Amino acid sequence: MILGKVVGTVVTTISHRDYKNRRLLVVQPLVLPGDSPGEDFIALDNTQAGIGDTVLVNREGNGARQALKNPDACVISVIVGIVDSVYLEEAPR
Amino acid sequence: MLFGRVRGTAVCTLKYPGTEGLKLLIVQPLNKKLEPVGALQVAADVVQAGIGDLCVMVRSREAALAMPDVKFVPIDLALVGIVDELAVVAEDKFDLTMQPGWNHFT
Repeated sequence: MILGKVVGTVVTTISHRDYKNRRLLVVQPLVLPGDSPGEDFIALDNTQAGIGDTVLVNREGNGARQALKNPDACVISVIVGIVDSVYLEEAPR
Repeated sequence: MLFGRVRGTAVCTLKYPGTEGLKLLIVQPLNKKLEPVGALQVAADVVQAGIGDLCVMVRSREAALAMPDVKFVPIDLALVGIVDELAVVAEDKFDLTMQPGWNHFT
């Protein structure tokens, strides 16, 4: 799973049936200071997240299918949590 | 999952069993700013997209699961949605770094 920030919304009227009734959001991964920004991706929302929320994203198909309770879902990235806070230890020198 | 723009069609006369009847499209993977990422790829279409359409694509095993009938097919990129509206916030609106110590997001 990765931590990311929701930076966009996607509207699709024509979509695969596994994607119906849930929102597609654009997620940008969080990085450490000084690191280059990660590659953005699209994730299916399972938590009612919105733009600006920091989210926990499952980026693996089996976990996604379990989260969506659909054993054949053609989904990889699913937002499975909204993050309140993160504690990071100072990096060892 | 990622964005892609349909750039053309591919026609194969000889296909692997189970992939007959699938429409193959040439797509350009894009990032959130709709800038090209990497080379053109071939994707199987299940939403009847056309040339020029902005689409949502899914990679790897899940692409094969998007197929309508036979789900054990050698497909690794599929179009699963046609984008009607896309709203992305400005690049510098949010801080995307995690600092040492506590980071409170709410």
